[in-house]
Amino acid sequence: MFGSSIIVFRETLEAALIVGILTAATRGVSGRNRWLIAGITAGLAGSAIVAAATNTIAEMASGFGQELFSAGVLGIAVLMLAWHNIWMAAHSKELAIHARNTGRAISDGKRECSVLFAIIALAVLREGSETVLFLYGIATAGSQSTHTVLVGGLLGLTGGVAVGWTLYAGLLRIPLRWFFSVTSLLVLLLAAGMASQVARLLIQANLLPSLAAPLWDTSSLLPPDSVLGTLLHGLAGYDARPAGMQIIFFAVVLVSIVIGMKLISQPQQPSK
Amino acid sequence: MKKLFFITLFLLTSTAFAADAEFTIVIREHRFEPAELIVPAGKKIKLLIENQDSTPEEFESYDLAREKVIPGNSAASLYIGPLKAGRYPFFGEFNESTAKGVVIAQ
Repeated sequence: MFGSSIIVFRETLEAALIVGILTAATRGVSGRNRWLIAGITAGLAGSAIVAAATNTIAEMASGFGQELFSAGVLGIAVLMLAWHNIWMAAHSKELAIHARNTGRAISDGKRECSVLFAIIALAVLREGSETVLFLYGIATAGSQSTHTVLVGGLLGLTGGVAVGWTLYAGLLRIPLRWFFSVTSLLVLLLAAGMASQVARLLIQANLLPSLAAPLWDTSSLLPPDSVLGTLLHGLAGYDARPAGMQIIFFAVVLVSIVIGMKLISQPQQPSK
Repeated sequence: MKKLFFITLFLLTSTAFAADAEFTIVIREHRFEPAELIVPAGKKIKLLIENQDSTPEEFESYDLAREKVIPGNSAASLYIGPLKAGRYPFFGEFNESTAKGVVIAQ
């Protein structure tokens, strides 16, 4: 039972980290809780569908449908995260004030909410579909009862959610003047890390050259299967032996988002 | 235009000559066969993974930086390399206790 707990825990953890960060990062955006819950629900429903469609997806694109699908899901998430950070760069001051007194509503918070919904749904869908496949496989293999598999899975799920919640609660304790800077940094690293994973998937499908693989090897310094390594992988796409192309994708997305954030927060001419 | 045609033809055929080495790994009873796969270093390699079990397995390796789910009773390919000489362990994430192997590049 605990073998399945650990695997479910790992998958849940990756999604829970993203949910925790995004929940903190959208603090003060009105209506955000509804969209958050809707995102998680949609992601869960989506993951069941994707798991059921695994064979079909796998056979697409000359057998590389899985890589393309994952890369697509991640790519959309990168764009959404970038949008969020750029939007936040324009609105964090308002939100900090709003977080202090709940009177005002953010006028275009609706779009930010749909972006939040998309990011959460995609994150849950990605990790959820692997989890569903895995649990279904164990259940049908018959070596463990369905009951044992479900209990084991629930344990892992609870553990993953607990870590995500701890992250969220920890972030909330950051003083307001640093709060949105910290969440923006975390979202930035999430986006760049996902971009690095997109590169990895496209290299795996032979659609991109690796350009020096690995560029460096930090497995002795920070083993990828250690607790810290796993956390860093979920937060920033840490790979102990990244390909050169992965680093390029990481750097390009990082720099692009930072430039976008800087541009939007330039002092503008008064519009009123 | 004729020049462009011949240059394209040359490039396409020269990629065809640089064919990737292909290797097969079979998953049977939650084990990889062969558990030790020897491949040439410095070349891009196409790994065909045949899952003869009825349950899905996730082929995963930190050292190769690869992961792919192979549904039950089906096969899938993925590319690795070019690899420097060395050992690159991999595992089946859904059955880690028995599904273990290593790619040895020489």
